[in-house]
Amino acid sequence: MSTATEPVDVHDPPRVTTQSWWQREGADNAKRNLALIGVMVVLLIIGMVTAPDIFLDGKNLWNNELTVLTQASSIGVLTVGMTFVMISGGIDLSVGALLALASVWCTTVATQSYGAGAMIFAALVVGAVAGLINGSLIAYGKLVPFIATLAMMLSARGLAQSISGSHTQINRDAFINGFALNKVAGIPIVVLIFLAVVAVGWVLLNRTTFGRRTIAIGGNAEAARLAGINVRLQTVALYVLSGVCCGIAALIVVSQAQSGSNTHGDLYELNAIAAAIIGGTALTGGRGTIIGSLLGVLIFTQITNLFIINNLQLDLQRIINGGIIVVAVLIQQFRVTSFWRKPASS
Amino acid sequence: MTAPPAQPPETSPEDVVLRLTDVVKTFPGVRALDGVQLEVRAGEVHCLLGQNGAGKSTLIKILSGAHTPDSGEILWQGQAASFGSPQAAMKAGIATIYQELDLVDGLSVAENLYLGHEPNSAGFVARRQMRRGAAAILQRLGHPEIPAGREVGKLPAAAKQIVSMGRALSREARLLIMDEPSAVLAHDEVQNLFRIVRGLTAQGIAVIYISHRLDEIREIGDRVTVLKDGRTTAANLDAKSTPNRELVSRMTGRTIEYVFPDRPAARAFDGEPLLRVEGLTLPGRFADVSLNVHGGEIVGITGLVGSGRSEVLESIYGARRPSAGTVELAGRRLRRGSVNAAVRSGIGMAPEERKSQALLLAEPIYRNVTLAGFARYARAGFTDAGRERAAAEEITRGLDLRPADVRRPVRTLSGGNQQKVVVGRWLLGETKLLLLDEPTRGVDVGARAELYQVIRRLADEGVGVLLVSSEVPEVLGLSDRVLVMREGRVVREAPADELDEDTVLDLVMAGSLLDGADLSSDAVEGTAA
Repeated sequence: MSTATEPVDVHDPPRVTTQSWWQREGADNAKRNLALIGVMVVLLIIGMVTAPDIFLDGKNLWNNELTVLTQASSIGVLTVGMTFVMISGGIDLSVGALLALASVWCTTVATQSYGAGAMIFAALVVGAVAGLINGSLIAYGKLVPFIATLAMMLSARGLAQSISGSHTQINRDAFINGFALNKVAGIPIVVLIFLAVVAVGWVLLNRTTFGRRTIAIGGNAEAARLAGINVRLQTVALYVLSGVCCGIAALIVVSQAQSGSNTHGDLYELNAIAAAIIGGTALTGGRGTIIGSLLGVLIFTQITNLFIINNLQLDLQRIINGGIIVVAVLIQQFRVTSFWRKPASS
Repeated sequence: MTAPPAQPPETSPEDVVLRLTDVVKTFPGVRALDGVQLEVRAGEVHCLLGQNGAGKSTLIKILSGAHTPDSGEILWQGQAASFGSPQAAMKAGIATIYQELDLVDGLSVAENLYLGHEPNSAGFVARRQMRRGAAAILQRLGHPEIPAGREVGKLPAAAKQIVSMGRALSREARLLIMDEPSAVLAHDEVQNLFRIVRGLTAQGIAVIYISHRLDEIREIGDRVTVLKDGRTTAANLDAKSTPNRELVSRMTGRTIEYVFPDRPAARAFDGEPLLRVEGLTLPGRFADVSLNVHGGEIVGITGLVGSGRSEVLESIYGARRPSAGTVELAGRRLRRGSVNAAVRSGIGMAPEERKSQALLLAEPIYRNVTLAGFARYARAGFTDAGRERAAAEEITRGLDLRPADVRRPVRTLSGGNQQKVVVGRWLLGETKLLLLDEPTRGVDVGARAELYQVIRRLADEGVGVLLVSSEVPEVLGLSDRVLVMREGRVVREAPADELDEDTVLDLVMAGSLLDGADLSSDAVEGTAA
């Protein structure tokens, strides 16, 4: 291998030093989110065609979209937590069951007797402790996230059932019920809670060391570990975060249903995962955005909304939802192979 | 290259099953094969010898159909052949046994033997026929005691290897390629392996045998072809009679001139060492390793894959937890098995596998540079992208990283520039000791010289460097002091200018398998260095 024949590429060719906007940091995410916004626009256009009285009237449209946000709020909060966990390369199957457990725990007669503060505290702590167990089993017990949270899903639902005796526990606390009934600046409080969680989630993921560690361990756990990041501690923290989101979502559901029940949040974990996936979160970790997940939740809820407005059967909607997941992921995979891999061959 | 010095007289051209002429294969930035000649006869054991990076793996992959050559000719059983896929190669009768055996642990021995070509009738697996066939194959290999119905995952390593060879037989292979088959075997198992190989060659099957152990090559091999830097430097040497010196020099006689920075002349490193490692032991990997690194000194460790060199580095760094021994940095003892403790006290590491162990490929350059220290630029947990970028830019400018835009994803960089990012990560903080594992693997010649400069400059600034490389000239040219490891132990420690490449290679490859006792018993010369 003499130096004369060697095609030595000492430096990269100069063409790569200039960079188009779509190669910039975050542009992949921006493009994906733009596509999701496009889907939302298409859904709204479908609404305008099929139900012009609602979608072409400013006031009706505003109210309808507030309804969509209200319906999306509990799953939306779960999805924020789920997005963090999935970006780190994990998954949390227990969120629906934890929502139920927290809703039951915070609406027992005993808890209610201490007032709204105690109820909020109970819901958040139940979620956090369950998340701590999930995270510890995964990080220190080396259980696969799927298994650890599957076990938690079964036990939490069972515990909720045994605490409540399978009875619906009516919530008589006016402050909590007020989350769903009252509005601030014309917007229901549950929607404000939802949007606040989204905002905090966005800041946490994009502007803090916590978010950086999350992306790092999802992108390459070994590299993160060898760079001195405490991967196990971060993993625990992420499941605690997801658990806290379950507690917040439980409060939203309690206020909306005016009750706590072991049947609350049924299959919410799958809806949250589906929304995150549509939003561009990779099941393998390292990739995902809060905005994308938010849009994922809104797309699902908007479809439900369109079905209800047009008096269509909801079983048909489930079929469509399934199709949407497949199509969304197929499109993202196409993008990955066509745009992502080419430069990586060097 | 076609004039073998010791060709047995009974050669007839018909015996040649495989002939490679001027085979060339390039990858982006690397000419992996640069004119390889190879001639393999039916019923012989043909050994391939070469240092790491000489092109052996690429050659195997071409023969097994995983890569296609850019140019050159492959004659297989007298006909020009090009194997577009592993399946095509297998069909043609070439079977490869990789170091990492490709057996399915959850399936039985018989199912593994017939994997992909199960005897069947109308889609239903003919189980009895398969079991009988499997038993016959195992019988043929001289191992009827391996139960055909046993799950492969429950077999010991040696038996797995036999199953692997059996699979080649089940496909009626005419050529068997074995990539360092003895690496996972104990001594008596190797003897058994040799017996099987002899049985196969007696049936006219050709074997390409790759090993670093010269004594093995002498024992089992018929002829040897030596590769260096992607070229055949010697073909068809007699495996029994060619002296060690000649084999080693064929492997090393360089054509690439590595450009190493000047070593500070006669600098004496005494006084308190920066890093002091005492009696470090990791069972099964290395034992009782003691070493020192002074501030400003570059210490190189060399040895074969599996000699424990990387594991020593990882244990010092805390990525592995040694069972015994101490690591002290600047007089303070480090907690065993804690990367965090190592990083906090000022140790940085560039691991062996850049892509899988060091980089977030989809993330921008600056985030990779600051991966170990983004908290330094954060206020109350909130990151500051602007300050991070500025700090990373300063580092990458100093390293002459190209392209210079730190917002580009790391995956778009060449290997050498990616390595600069990994090294740059540890220049941000107050790194006192830098551990480099194969810092120039996959890095092209020009960028290598730059990396060498960077490493020497760091040392001149007072950083201690502990370097692991399988490329002996690199270790000798860059380091102040060299440690040679073999089978988990340091067998030699000397200033770099007191050693030469041949001596080190002899030390590295001296062919004992597990115990030093064999060393004296074999007739290999030049191991006493």
